[in-house]
Amino acid sequence: MKVSLTVNGRRHDVDVAPNTLLVDVLRGRLGLTGTHVGCDTSQCGACTVHLDGRSVKSCTVLAAQVDGAAVTTIEGIGSPDALHPMQAAFRDCHALQCGFCTPGMIMSAIDLVQNVENLDERKVREGLEGNLCRCTGYHNIVKAVLNAAESM
Amino acid sequence: MSDTGIGKSVKRREDLRFITGRGRYTDDVNRPNQVYAVFLRSPYPRARIVSIDASGADEVAGVIGVFTGKDLSADKIGDLPCGWMVKSKDGSDMKIAPHPPLAVEVVNYVGEPYGIVVAESLAAARDGAEVVATEFEELTPTVSVANATAGAQLHTNVPDNVCYLWELGDADATNAAFAAAAHVTKLTFSNNRLIPNAMEPRAAVASFDAATEEFTLVTTSQNPHLERLILSAFVQLAPEHKLRVIAPDVGGGFGSKIFVYAEETAVAWAARRVGRPVKWTADRSESFLADAHGRDHLTTAELALDGDGLFQGLRVRTRANLGAYLSTFASSVPTYLYGTLLAGQYRTPAIHVEVEGVYTNTAPVDAYRGAGRPEATYVVERLVETAARELKVDPAALRRRNFIAPDQFPYQTPVALEYDTGNYEASLAAALEKSDYANFAARKAASEQRGKRRGIGFSCYIEACGLAPSQLAIQLGAGVGLYESGEVRVNPTGNVTVFTGSHSHGQGHETTFAQVVSDKLGIPFENVEVVHGDTGRVEFGLGTYGSRSIAVGGSALVKATDKIIAKGKRIAAHMMDTNADSVDFSDGEFAARDSNQKLTFGEVAFAAYVPSNYPSSEEPGLSEKAFYDPKNFTFPAGTHIAEVEIDPETGVVDVVNFVAVDDFGRVINPMIVEGQVHGGIAQGIGQALLEHGIYDDGGQLITGSYMDYCMPRADDLPSFDVDMTVTPCTHNPLGVKGCGEAGAIGAPAAIMNAVTDALGVVDLPMPATPERVWRAARG
Amino acid sequence: MYSFEYHRPESIAQATALRAEAEDAIYLAGGQTLIPTLKQRLAAPSDVIDLSRVPGLAGIELKSDCVVIGAMTRHAEVAASAEVARAIPALAFLAGEIGDAQVRNRGTLGGSVANSDPSADYPAAVIGLGATIVTDRRRIAADDFFHDLFETALEAGELLTAIEFPIAKRAAYCKFPNPASRYAVVGVFAADFGGKVRVGVTGAGPCAFRATAIEAALGKKLDAKSVDAVEIEYDRFNSDLHASAEYRANLVRVMAKRAVEKLLTA
Repeated sequence: MKVSLTVNGRRHDVDVAPNTLLVDVLRGRLGLTGTHVGCDTSQCGACTVHLDGRSVKSCTVLAAQVDGAAVTTIEGIGSPDALHPMQAAFRDCHALQCGFCTPGMIMSAIDLVQNVENLDERKVREGLEGNLCRCTGYHNIVKAVLNAAESM
Repeated sequence: MSDTGIGKSVKRREDLRFITGRGRYTDDVNRPNQVYAVFLRSPYPRARIVSIDASGADEVAGVIGVFTGKDLSADKIGDLPCGWMVKSKDGSDMKIAPHPPLAVEVVNYVGEPYGIVVAESLAAARDGAEVVATEFEELTPTVSVANATAGAQLHTNVPDNVCYLWELGDADATNAAFAAAAHVTKLTFSNNRLIPNAMEPRAAVASFDAATEEFTLVTTSQNPHLERLILSAFVQLAPEHKLRVIAPDVGGGFGSKIFVYAEETAVAWAARRVGRPVKWTADRSESFLADAHGRDHLTTAELALDGDGLFQGLRVRTRANLGAYLSTFASSVPTYLYGTLLAGQYRTPAIHVEVEGVYTNTAPVDAYRGAGRPEATYVVERLVETAARELKVDPAALRRRNFIAPDQFPYQTPVALEYDTGNYEASLAAALEKSDYANFAARKAASEQRGKRRGIGFSCYIEACGLAPSQLAIQLGAGVGLYESGEVRVNPTGNVTVFTGSHSHGQGHETTFAQVVSDKLGIPFENVEVVHGDTGRVEFGLGTYGSRSIAVGGSALVKATDKIIAKGKRIAAHMMDTNADSVDFSDGEFAARDSNQKLTFGEVAFAAYVPSNYPSSEEPGLSEKAFYDPKNFTFPAGTHIAEVEIDPETGVVDVVNFVAVDDFGRVINPMIVEGQVHGGIAQGIGQALLEHGIYDDGGQLITGSYMDYCMPRADDLPSFDVDMTVTPCTHNPLGVKGCGEAGAIGAPAAIMNAVTDALGVVDLPMPATPERVWRAARG
Repeated sequence: MYSFEYHRPESIAQATALRAEAEDAIYLAGGQTLIPTLKQRLAAPSDVIDLSRVPGLAGIELKSDCVVIGAMTRHAEVAASAEVARAIPALAFLAGEIGDAQVRNRGTLGGSVANSDPSADYPAAVIGLGATIVTDRRRIAADDFFHDLFETALEAGELLTAIEFPIAKRAAYCKFPNPASRYAVVGVFAADFGGKVRVGVTGAGPCAFRATAIEAALGKKLDAKSVDAVEIEYDRFNSDLHASAEYRANLVRVMAKRAVEKLLTA
């Protein structure tokens, strides 16, 4: 079936089987390998992207469901010479180690900062419960999100 | 020195690609014309393979082939080896169960691969795998470690399922200490099975070039050279010079990616067999079943004390679950990485440990962050805390009374290790201060007012890192040396490419190693590039595990850098018309002591490649290699103090404060070191409160997904209060000890000491789940 | 995932017709349970009918005595809704406790309730508030809706379109999340309708149910202490590696008490 979607501001028309996941379109068809797959039960959040501005797990959305929608991935929020404040905060606070959960974590964190008022440590920790990180113990991630919230 | 030198919290250079989605992990790699693999896995914990009928799969569109263990053995693919020979106390060799990459006759754990389906698409491979009709004859499994020796025998060459009965220490002296003891503290406990769960699942993309007969295997490895060595020397996949192993960006390892597994072996073999690149990426469900697990001990431990509360003897009996087969380093983890650490930070004069390594019908168990050392610390620190409670002595005071004092180093323990240096009192004192131990009673009273129970727990851990002096390791059974290699290649324009046999999968070597080399050479940090993870680019290496990278890999780079400087001095001396002994090198400049002439590092490098004014005795070029073999282990140590508050109505344990004061010797990048500690603590708290790999009596893994295996999430953890003391390592050039595992080693005992303190119980099994805690709180 | 036909109807009639015509069709709402199930190959529908473009299924309407929430309304919308927060703040709170942020951005009320997962949160509120489930063909009282593990009163092809939540005088939800999955091990929704107290429990049994003994005790005296005297029968409670039936019974009591305390201070 034909699906047309806007990814990082660019429109793409793809022909996919109905059982194709959004993440497979992003990674396999569009080469946007910054979005990762870390589990098969919709728990880890490594595949988090923004769908019409809100964070979703792209492993739990069919490509067919996003026909006509706008998707933003980690590649679409900033570049090495023009980082998004959340990207910059992750680097400044050493909020990543192996980097595998990082894109999903950043996408969730941006949604969190944009949609939850008066963020504090507790709210950040609760707001990130859909994203697993095995490296950082979350300590510096929490710090980064609170820092970015100041500058966003 | 600059703000990028040794000791500075330099921002990581690898981050730019990771935060922008430009990392390149194995699953991001695609080869033209590639095909996809899916594994056939055993649904039973123990069964005979009667027949495999793949005719259904052959009918599925896109399926290229279904291959089994017989196909691999017909191609003379060898068994997966275990790289450490442990001997039983009677002198006999450990009993090694044959471990074909794909099971041929019998499967021995749920998830064990016995076949590989290769197809044009992943979906076709899955469809094909689903219609392969395998007839199994179920056999009685032996699942629990407690019943391992009484259960059905897994392997014909392993009676009672005992791989080895190993011992260390002086049994007679220890027994004598117990006979004379004024007090004996005894505990029996388990160390829970953990599943590593690096966030990137294992993956492999293999290709075979028929023209050159070369394999290229891109895979999720912590040690690509070791992978190549094993696949070549033991598995006999290809000669070493025809096999290139690349471990690109790797999304965490924690030990689980040290090992050479069935899957990448079969994928590489299949690439040659089908003549096309083959790709496999594990589902998380497969990771749960088939990554090597960690821990899983049953232990009885006793501590003998005299009338003054001085430790006189420690007696430990452990049964360690090795799983169904010996994984790559499985045998060494509950022996040489465990028994040798039982002295802890104390002067206990007599120690004896006996470890029975057993096979069960569960996934292989091998090194997981800390590997043996968390288990040892748990034994020692739970015992010491319990002894303090029994004797009604302050737990900090009892520890102090028994610490090895700073002036007693080097200190030979009764369990083989010689600690080079340490200052345990310093880290304890700092941790007590930070945790506001003095006011704990008031906080406890305040909690009780609110119907909560508060507890505090200590853990004064030690670890042996910087693995390892090769001769000693080989003498103790290691199949390889444990040195590390490094190469510093100065390019003609003066910038530097560094090649290391260490491998970063989150540790940040591209930054810290560049800090070391740029600092030593006095050149800008930006001018140093670090290359790792590719046997085609790096000469050799043993990889990253056991907190060894900076202590061993970093030292190799210092050694190579020293050679660069020495040659630079000879070149500079010629150019400045003096002799090399009269040339000083500092801050990137070669200076003649007998004149005021100076040459920059860049000028000397250029001269080496454009050798006009050049010493005739020197070869052109400026590139040096070094292998560094450590003289001893390094001994990071520290004190962790956990404070918990328990809701007795629900059994929920809230970690309200966690203090870690660690002594890692000199620190290259404090920011990165703190991050390593944070992550380790999270895994340690995970072990104590949340994580447990559970097989049911029927041998099924019932914690096989994130729905049931409880990973620490952001809201399960507090922020950590981390600090350091510095007692430099005495025997490596950087004075470093390693920091990767400390958190996971120290935290479990600290947490469980706090939980048992709060509840007023002697022991509670890990993980201290809400229901367990609720039951304990009810009394 | 097995292959299937995908449909995106633009009316309820079209959706139900597709469902009736297909061999083994299934409705797709937010997909947060269905898609993982399909990925694991645990279901093999012939046709998937995506309800996201059916007009009128999403939205929140505040009426004098109830809040009507469309089946396709996402959890995040309920959690953030000023209307819900004003009328039944406990319901907004509950919606904000479901899964995680990403799940709440996709998951829907109708999908959750129609699935009757024993550990889903919404069923506690449906029972606790005595809601009315509206379908394409009838209205079903909450007490008649949940039948068993993943079984409801919905007939084959029947489409849940909205739920009417009566506005209680005050209400509260307390959840004990599964430490791994974050589903409810036990969740208790207590609602005071001015003398009449309803208590809905999720997580403990095969499906959400009314804790009538607790209701009776609270009917006599609306006080957390009233719950202490109640015998919590747990013969039919779930028991798994995270919580035995006995422990779940304790959690029902503790969550009920905490819900009452919260309700009284609301």
